[in-house]
Amino acid sequence: MPKTMFEKIWDAHLVRDDLIYIDLHLVHEVTSAQAFEGLRLAGRGVRRLDKTVATADHNVPTDGTPTARLITDALSRQQVETLEQNCEQFGIPVYSLGSDRRGIVHVIGPELGLTQPGLTIVCGDSHTSTHGAFGALAFGIGTSEVEHVLATQTLVQKRPKTMRICYDGALGPGVTAKDLILATIGRLGTSGMVGFVVEYAGDAIDRLSMEQRMTVCNMTIEGGGRAGMIAPDDTTFAYMRGREAVPADWGAAVARWRALTTDDDATFDREETIDASSLAPMVTWGTTPGMVIEVTGRVPHPSEAGIVAPETAERALAYMGLQPGTQVTDIALDRVFIGSCTNSRIEDLRAAASMIDGRTVASRVRAMVVPGSQQVKKQGEEEGLDEVFRAAGFEWREAGCSMCLGMNPDTLSPQERCASTSNRNFEGRQGAGGRTHLVSPEMAAAAAIEGRFVDIRGWN
Amino acid sequence: MEPVTVISGTVSVLDRADVDTDQIIPKQFLKRIERTGYGEFLFYDWFRSGEITLEPNPILVAGSNFGSGSSREHAVWAIQQFGFAAVVAPSFSDIFYGNCTKNGLLPIRLPEEDVRALMAAGEATINLERQTVTFAGRTVSFEIDADVKHRLLHGLDEIALTLQHGPDIDSYERERMAPGPVTTAL
Repeated sequence: MPKTMFEKIWDAHLVRDDLIYIDLHLVHEVTSAQAFEGLRLAGRGVRRLDKTVATADHNVPTDGTPTARLITDALSRQQVETLEQNCEQFGIPVYSLGSDRRGIVHVIGPELGLTQPGLTIVCGDSHTSTHGAFGALAFGIGTSEVEHVLATQTLVQKRPKTMRICYDGALGPGVTAKDLILATIGRLGTSGMVGFVVEYAGDAIDRLSMEQRMTVCNMTIEGGGRAGMIAPDDTTFAYMRGREAVPADWGAAVARWRALTTDDDATFDREETIDASSLAPMVTWGTTPGMVIEVTGRVPHPSEAGIVAPETAERALAYMGLQPGTQVTDIALDRVFIGSCTNSRIEDLRAAASMIDGRTVASRVRAMVVPGSQQVKKQGEEEGLDEVFRAAGFEWREAGCSMCLGMNPDTLSPQERCASTSNRNFEGRQGAGGRTHLVSPEMAAAAAIEGRFVDIRGWN
Repeated sequence: MEPVTVISGTVSVLDRADVDTDQIIPKQFLKRIERTGYGEFLFYDWFRSGEITLEPNPILVAGSNFGSGSSREHAVWAIQQFGFAAVVAPSFSDIFYGNCTKNGLLPIRLPEEDVRALMAAGEATINLERQTVTFAGRTVSFEIDADVKHRLLHGLDEIALTLQHGPDIDSYERERMAPGPVTTAL
């Protein structure tokens, strides 16, 4: 019987009814402390240390603080130190402050070669969907499930429904993977993928690089999807080859991975098609990622906000301090943030740097670049990207989640308006009262220079 | 986890769609390493600004896509510790729904029109065994997975249940486990 990629992976991991085996468990400091405490209280251990790895990312200051002990914020320090102590007590490998392998958990998994096709991967973080770009089944879990995986290396799960979104044609110049996924969420809505594992397919997906594919899968959760997946291909294997944790029997592994792709006759519970060639650079105007329009557009009137209900749109516009009818390119910015598990990899930084071309950040804008990992930072510096950014007036910082969620010193002040390459424009996400517009790295860099949004397709 | 059987009382109404977990419990309260003490920070920014007020009644009724965004289980702990025992909405995010069931906070999906009627009714009785919500003189039924229902009704620890299948996990690892990375070898 023909199977989808999801079904092949699911079936191969069923231990018994509704119980699936987990091949890789990524742990970070925010959602794990209570799980470790639960293990201690019940007298339980960690079943598979060799399938578990931890890093500190959410709370980490991006100013180069060298060890957890020196984090100024007492609660952040306690949380990171608690992670280090828990990992030491249970024997879990941990990359915390001071480690050159440290970084955002969804950046270091692929970087170290831990993220591989065909695996089941979980983490106490909703953006775990990122790893699906390699043809893995990867999804976020809560703290009780973190404890469950630590104790049993399995999860109790009902089989989700399947959806495939096919993107015909190619993305135009200046239109990125970020725009593709924002436009998709704009069409399907923030709950359009709830209950589904989504396979992204088609010409436009085939042409994306691995890091662009990670951006697409990363934001699956913003459409409500359980997981996003892309079939592994030569692009995948070329990206993985030579990384630390990949299999020694490379040829056999690649042959195994090629067999994961969805069979021709397999069927999905739902199918959608989107014309990739019709997409434009996107900018969010509201307080969910689904409140998004093309850069050439105007801020919508609440009664004309597409699938967003009028009262919801009205409240979002009030929070964002935006008038309906305003040209997106007339929206002036205070801050620009290039980073997060969505857009902080080396290709993102290269793409942003390529927009600068000797220009400088607008005087009213404070702009920061936060590499996703210490490895990305090192590579960026080897390529001279740090110099390009610094010369233009951007801050070049140490790795971490930074201003994506403001659990560390990088935050917006009330009513500050930010062009951000992150994944959530929720109220207060980047700091209480802060106003977030989600965009691609290229759009963010150009916005930093102009001090407002520009259509990068006609900008030079 | 305490068993969940019948939840009865006044309804608190939060008539908004897409209430994300960043609103339910803002990021600055995720730095705690305990499972308790979150109730007072529920909807911190919305309460503090006076944008909404909610009484700690047994039942919270809200708009669609409730609990979207971050996987933070702190959102469930905050709702529960504030005083709610059940949340009724037209739809929930997958992760939030799962997190509810691990903590004995009963999530109930009802059609939009029933949710509206329940908001207007002001009081309700939820019977998990019968899978019913009774309000304003009528009774509607809701769907819930049979295993989840059993676990909630008896307040069972999911990890303990899974550990009963230890031999199945052992044989899976011995016979069928896929080759994968070894984190301890890095």
